Amino acid sequence: MPELNLTSAPAHLRHGSNIGQPLTRRDGILKVKGQATYAADNHPPGMLFAVMAVSGIAHGRVTSLDVAAAKRHPGVVDVMTPDHKPALAIDPEIKTNPFVFRMEVLQSNEVRYANQPIAVVIAETLEAATEGAALLAPRYEPLPALVGLDAGESFVPPVVGVGNPTELHRGDVEAGLASAEKQIDAIYETPPQYHNAMEPHAIVASWDGDRLQIDMPTQGLMLSLARIAELFGIAHDKIHIRSPFLGGGFGSKGLMAGPPTLGIMAAKLVGRPVKLVLRREQMYGPVGHRAPTRQRLRIGADGEGRLTALDHHARTVSSTFDDFYEPAADASHTLYAAPAIRTSHDAVRVNTGTPLFMRAPGEATGSIALESAIDEMAWACGIDPLAFRLKNYAEVEPMTGRPFSSKALRACYAQGAARFGWAKRPLQPRQMRDDAGLLVGWGMGTATFPALMFQAEARAAIRRDGSGVMEIGAHDMGQGAWTALAQIAADAVGLDIDRVEFKAGTSDLPDAGIAGGSAHTATAGAAIHSAGAAVIAKLADLATKDERSPLFGAGNAGVIARDGRLIRRDDESRSESYAEILARAGVAEVEARGTGAPNPAAMEEYAMHAHGAVFAEVKVDPELGQARVTRMVGAFAAGRIVNPHLVKSQLFGGMIWGLSFALHEEAITDRRSGRIMNANLGEYHIPVNADVPPLDVITVEEHDPHVNALGIKGVGEIGITGSAGAVANAVWHATGVRVRRFPIRIEELLTQP
Amino acid sequence: MKPFDYVRPATVTEAVAAAAQPGAVYLAAGTNLLDLMKGGVSRPDRLVDVTHLDGLDAIETLADGSLRIGALVSNADLAHDAEFARSYPAVAEALLSGASAQLRNAATVGGNLLQRTRCAYFYDSVSRCNKREAGSGCDARDGENRGHAVLGWSESCIATHPSDFCVPLVALDAVVEIEGRNGRREIELDALHRLPGNTPERESALEPGDLIVAVRLPPAARGFSAHARYLKVRERTSYAFAVVSAAAALRIENGRIAEARLALGGVAAKPWRARAAEDVLRGVAPTADAFQEAAWRALTDAKPSSDNAFKIELARRIVVRALTLAAAGTPARIPALPASPFASTSGAIHA
Repeated sequence: MPELNLTSAPAHLRHGSNIGQPLTRRDGILKVKGQATYAADNHPPGMLFAVMAVSGIAHGRVTSLDVAAAKRHPGVVDVMTPDHKPALAIDPEIKTNPFVFRMEVLQSNEVRYANQPIAVVIAETLEAATEGAALLAPRYEPLPALVGLDAGESFVPPVVGVGNPTELHRGDVEAGLASAEKQIDAIYETPPQYHNAMEPHAIVASWDGDRLQIDMPTQGLMLSLARIAELFGIAHDKIHIRSPFLGGGFGSKGLMAGPPTLGIMAAKLVGRPVKLVLRREQMYGPVGHRAPTRQRLRIGADGEGRLTALDHHARTVSSTFDDFYEPAADASHTLYAAPAIRTSHDAVRVNTGTPLFMRAPGEATGSIALESAIDEMAWACGIDPLAFRLKNYAEVEPMTGRPFSSKALRACYAQGAARFGWAKRPLQPRQMRDDAGLLVGWGMGTATFPALMFQAEARAAIRRDGSGVMEIGAHDMGQGAWTALAQIAADAVGLDIDRVEFKAGTSDLPDAGIAGGSAHTATAGAAIHSAGAAVIAKLADLATKDERSPLFGAGNAGVIARDGRLIRRDDESRSESYAEILARAGVAEVEARGTGAPNPAAMEEYAMHAHGAVFAEVKVDPELGQARVTRMVGAFAAGRIVNPHLVKSQLFGGMIWGLSFALHEEAITDRRSGRIMNANLGEYHIPVNADVPPLDVITVEEHDPHVNALGIKGVGEIGITGSAGAVANAVWHATGVRVRRFPIRIEELLTQP
Repeated sequence: MKPFDYVRPATVTEAVAAAAQPGAVYLAAGTNLLDLMKGGVSRPDRLVDVTHLDGLDAIETLADGSLRIGALVSNADLAHDAEFARSYPAVAEALLSGASAQLRNAATVGGNLLQRTRCAYFYDSVSRCNKREAGSGCDARDGENRGHAVLGWSESCIATHPSDFCVPLVALDAVVEIEGRNGRREIELDALHRLPGNTPERESALEPGDLIVAVRLPPAARGFSAHARYLKVRERTSYAFAVVSAAAALRIENGRIAEARLALGGVAAKPWRARAAEDVLRGVAPTADAFQEAAWRALTDAKPSSDNAFKIELARRIVVRALTLAAAGTPARIPALPASPFASTSGAIHA
């Protein structure tokens, strides 16, 4: 495990509390020095290199592989193919639970998407394995590829996202539209996008008999472990996974996918440790992506600018062999108080890898369409977009009628608008220019993301020397879990952060749940909080029942834990240090476990969401159509902020994702072959530093007594929602051109100057 | 990777002999070649590393006023040479708008001239590509061709040449010095790159073993320094190739254009010199109407494929803007965002 030391933040900065302090990330120095060990940095003795050969066609069958040529290549040890591979304990096509997706692990010669693994070459060097894979020279029997949103027959999937209903409605949408004074009926398209974590998917796997040691970046240690156990027919306790650091995951490293499974198989086949790292282009297929959408929004408003109906339909795609449906229309459930709302989805099947969770799945795609349509309606009504949103502010969750557990969105609107200077915005588009003659536009969007909780467990201990231990198999994807969760742990056991040994990132620790759904801090934090409370209770029990302790008999009054001491609640002059209590009791340490889980009763009663308001300024060259964001302000209310410094960074990141969604990101799929033609970071455009303007993030104070004991809502994904729409709306305000196909391209803005 | 020989010749003569063998290619910084090799697009038998050759990394002014740039001068060193940037500002601006700072530090003048197209079908070794494999067909022609050529293309190939650097160079009549099996020769840069015709696999006028040793700008090239710009429209502000770019250089005397130079990038298999447009500008006042006329002339022969018709209109507008900027005068300093339409935006951050 990494040695983590505080890089700054001396104790005196903290005023007795760790939560709420802007500590710098504790793993920062390790990363800057290149000493943070990522999965692919591990080289156990005797390790071989595995390289996947992937399919050049999107649909059909592999008819031949020149295995002999590959094996003849110096350094090649073995070639794993459908005819030569270790057996799995379970058919990988069987879905044993909703979080199991079908994977390609050489179970057949069938090709169902481009870049599907079709063989694995194992060699003494990476170069030999790479050349061996090239020498396989696959031949195919191709079939026509299904490509795009109009491929084949559409159908209504049984669920979208993770178990969301495909269709929901409240009120009479058609009547609401019929009675409307103003109507918007518009179609928006979003492209396929790929996660493109900086760190490619990687695994180093070593078998020792039936014991399996794995280094692999994962957002879900226990889910991965359970899937590996099932696939290879071994007990959970025979598997050890280390995942101390991820170079980004964004949803693509949450669930066990085909490529790392192939790495484990390869290690088994050759009886030596094996490393398998994906090439960048191999990440465009077997490890998930965001599916394209085509969304139709029909909105009605009365003469006062109040919504009468909101109908949001989304078409998306899934793979030909599994089911994941981007729940884009669900974005319309929570934000605007229309008396009639309907959301619905349909889909077609195409020859791609199965789409997956990616950076606010559904919320992001739905948000750019919804926020654009709301903007269009505000303009149709002649009302300022912020005033229009306030006029249609949802006091209760529109789709369910439930009250919100907390909702400081009004404050977000007010503080964001004030910081941005929104009041000076002209209603009409194409009114502002800068000194150089560039068109200037201001747009806004509302951000929202559900406050989710999964299940987690943590183990806390207080040691004889008065220090603490907190163990939880949590995941740091770069978001700062090593720091934020350690802050929660420190408060949970009443110690300074540097007195608590915080252990995370391995599968032998208690299950922290998945780092996804923006729920990791809330879920793992709740478990840590409760484990800390439990261990302090045990310690208190030792003290208050011992007549030699100054705390003897405090049982009813109770004690509080602070700075390594238990203090009598009703008499702070009576206290005892943890070390004294344990020394007298003659025990090395006390330990306890605690869990974090959603509260079903509260979830039934309340709608739980984080909210925000994003304001963007863009400039557009009136003749050349080049658009860039020049300023962005985001104000977010997401419950308790554990570490303002790291939270700001996450929100910045989310806003940049939004900017990228609106102006840059797109996987270009050849319409005939189904191959991704820009499967590299040179041509799959994400913004560079020079595209990212000064960003301003405001975290709006919000106390939520219902979401969880700590009041945490999560900030991992909300930043992309609202932001993408704000940029798109600003482009309209700059130019008067409403672009409904994303990303917004130069040619769309090459109108008459 | 495919195993290959690596040789490091001591002299240019040795290099030429080594590279004249079938399957041999020159290696300079490798910013393009190594990617091509990793992707299996280029599978040479032998790399002839020229980076250690002496005498190829100088920037020198010759007696006749020409400037001679050694083939191994890095893009960054050339762009940041103050005297060079003053004399040939559009070239410096083009260099600084290319790639990223890290790539510019590595990439060389000679290598830049010979970089390969960025056509996705050329890079995708599964797709058909006449340039990669002669006679195999062109999957770009009816494929995703939004970024492809609108000038000088053929049914065999619609790829573009991606260089920024070459665009102002060709406008300024740059000359390429070549060392070959039969000794030294020189050709105009405009003649170095070939249009595809029926043989898109033949990309340049170079013969086996030919080594570009220098690029020379003739004395007249300095005459445009007061009115020279490079303008590049791209999909992000750095590390992106031009959708369309233009270099415009004017010699203005007594309020009239004595001589105009214009070239376009991102529109053809070579940096595209627009001589017809230059002709209509000679002797006229630098007015919007004249620039519009020039833009129409520059794109007279342009033809789109399925997705890239917008590039023709965009190219016209870029020509007008580049000429307008050039007429307004070269800025005292290269903008923080070189070649960007947003260059004059206050507070711009360096690309």
